[in-house]
Amino acid sequence: MLCLMTLNPLALLRAFPGSIAQGMIWGVMALGVYITFRLLDFPDLTVDGSIATGAAVAVMMIRGGVSPVLTLPAAFLAGMLGGLATGLLNTLLGIPGILASILTQISLYSVNLMILGKSNQPVSVDKYPLVASLRYVTEGTTAKKLLFFLGMVAFLLVLVAILYWFFGTELGHAIRATGCNANMARAQGINTGFIKVLALMLSNGLVGLSGGIYAQFQGAADINMGRGAIVIGLAAVIIGEVLFGKFASRRKLAFAFTLTAVILGAVIYYMVYQFVLWLKMPSENMKLFSAVVVAIFLAIPYLKEKRNTKKGVA
Amino acid sequence: MACALEINDVHKIFNRGTINEKVALDGVNLKLEPGDFVTVIGGNGAGKSTTLNAIAGVWPIDGGRIIIDGTDVTGLPEYRRAVYLGRVFQDPMTGTASTMDIEENLAIACRRGQRRTLKWGITKREKEIFHEKLAALGLGLEDRMTSKVGLLSGGQRQAITLLMASMKHPKLLLLDEHTAALDPKTAAKVLEISDKIISENKLTAMMVTHNMKDAIAHGNRLVMMHEGKVIYDVSGEEKKNLHVKDLLARFEEVSGDEFANDRMILA
Repeated sequence: MLCLMTLNPLALLRAFPGSIAQGMIWGVMALGVYITFRLLDFPDLTVDGSIATGAAVAVMMIRGGVSPVLTLPAAFLAGMLGGLATGLLNTLLGIPGILASILTQISLYSVNLMILGKSNQPVSVDKYPLVASLRYVTEGTTAKKLLFFLGMVAFLLVLVAILYWFFGTELGHAIRATGCNANMARAQGINTGFIKVLALMLSNGLVGLSGGIYAQFQGAADINMGRGAIVIGLAAVIIGEVLFGKFASRRKLAFAFTLTAVILGAVIYYMVYQFVLWLKMPSENMKLFSAVVVAIFLAIPYLKEKRNTKKGVA
Repeated sequence: MACALEINDVHKIFNRGTINEKVALDGVNLKLEPGDFVTVIGGNGAGKSTTLNAIAGVWPIDGGRIIIDGTDVTGLPEYRRAVYLGRVFQDPMTGTASTMDIEENLAIACRRGQRRTLKWGITKREKEIFHEKLAALGLGLEDRMTSKVGLLSGGQRQAITLLMASMKHPKLLLLDEHTAALDPKTAAKVLEISDKIISENKLTAMMVTHNMKDAIAHGNRLVMMHEGKVIYDVSGEEKKNLHVKDLLARFEEVSGDEFANDRMILA
C-alpha cells in the first residue's frame, strides 16, 4: 500500500502520449506480422532483423543529407529484401519457414552493422526535419502535438486502405488462399512459392517502414532495437483480435476493421507497457513481461476449446 | 483429334530404397476420348488416387508420360497443370479456402490458369454468374455468397468445389472419392450434381470411387485397378449391363490368381 502511494498518476498521464505514438509506429510493424502470422500462416522471425534494417537505412540516409520523408520508401524496400531472402531460402532451397527466417534474421544483424558502421547511430531532431520524434508529443503547444497525432492517424488510415485494397485484388486473394489452404491454391493454378515470397516481402517491407519511422522517433538506429520485435508484433495482433475481433468481424469492411484492430493492439500494448513500468517494474524485466502476455493470450483460445470439449460442448 | 488424356506407362514408387518402399503405380496405361466419363474402382492401395495425383502433378512421377489434350504435362509443376484440370478431393476441406467467402473461392477458381494481377479480385458480372450457378445447385447457397466457406457442411463444400472445378471448362475433371466422406443422402446429392455438371458442360471426367454400384451407374466407362495397374477396362453397352457381382467376380479372379501364386511360392 505504502509503495502504491509513492506512485504519481500525473507522471503516467504525461508518459501516455509518448506510448501512444510509439504504439502507432509499431502498429505498422504489427500489420506486417499480421500478414505473415495470420494471412500466410508463416512463422516469420525475419522481422527482428528487418525492423533494424529499415531503421539503419533511414538513419544513414538522413545523416547523408536525404530528406527524412524520402528515407521511408527506402526503409520499406530494405525490409522487402529481408523478406525476399527468407522467401527464397524457404521456397527455392526448401528450408523450413521458421529456420529460413532465423537465418535471415541472423544475417541481417551483420548487414545492419555494415550499414550503421557501429552499433548505434543518432539522428537529432534539432538537426533534421524528422517525420516523427518523441519531442513532437512531449514538447511544444497542444495544437502542435494534436497535429502530429492527426498526421499519424491519417498515415495509418491510408496504410489500412491500401492493404484493404490489395487483399481484395486477385493477388491478394491468392495470398489469402495460399495461407489458408495451399493445396487448394495450387489446384486453382496459384504458384504458391511465388505468392509466399511476395507476401513475405510485403510484410517485411511494412516492418522496415516501421523501423524507419521508429528510429526517427527515438532519435537513433540501434543494432539491438529489433530484439524481440516479433513478440511485440504478435502481442499487438493478438490483443487486437481478442479485444476487437468480434466487433470487427460483424462489420462491413471487416478486414479493414481487423487491420485497424491490430494497430490499436500495438497502441494498447505500449500503454500497458508504460503502466507496468510506472508500477516500478524494472525495465530489464519487460521482455519477460511481453513474452508472458503473448503466451497467455495465445493460450486462451486453446484452453477455452479444451474446456469446452471436456464439458462435451460442441 | 487428340486424346483428352493419355497416360503412357506411368511408374511411381514411394519411399524408394527404404523399408517402407511401395510400388504405387506399376506401368499405368490409359487413354480417354473427349467426353469420356470414366469411373475408377479398385481395392485399397490399388493406385486409384495415386493415378489422379500423378495426372495433377502433386509430385513428379518416376517414369512414363502424361499428355492432356495433346500437351505433354509430365514436367509441369502442379500449379501450371491446373489450367487443364478441375479437381475435387475426398476431404471436403481440401478443395476450398475455409477463411474466405463463397464468392471469393469461386472467383479464385475463375482465374485458374490466368496471371493474377492487381485488378479487383471479383467483378460484378462474376457475382451475377455465381448467383445463378449457386441457385442451380438447389442448396440455397446463392443467398450466402459472402459467408465463409468454413461455415458450410461437407456436402455444401463439395458442391462448391465441383462448381469451382468445372469453371474455365477444364480439359479433364478429376473426382477423387469426392463423396466418400459424406453421409449416404448427401453423397447421392453430390453425385447427382456431379453428373449434371459433367453432362451440361460436356466434360471429360475421371471419378475414383469405392462404391461399385456408383461406378456402374455413372459414366460411360469403368476401369478397375489392382497393384498399380489397370486390370479391367469396360465401356459402352458392356458396361451398362454390368452388375456388382460381375465386378466382384472379376476382382476375385485377379486377386485369387495372385493368391494361388503366393501359395505356390510358399509351397
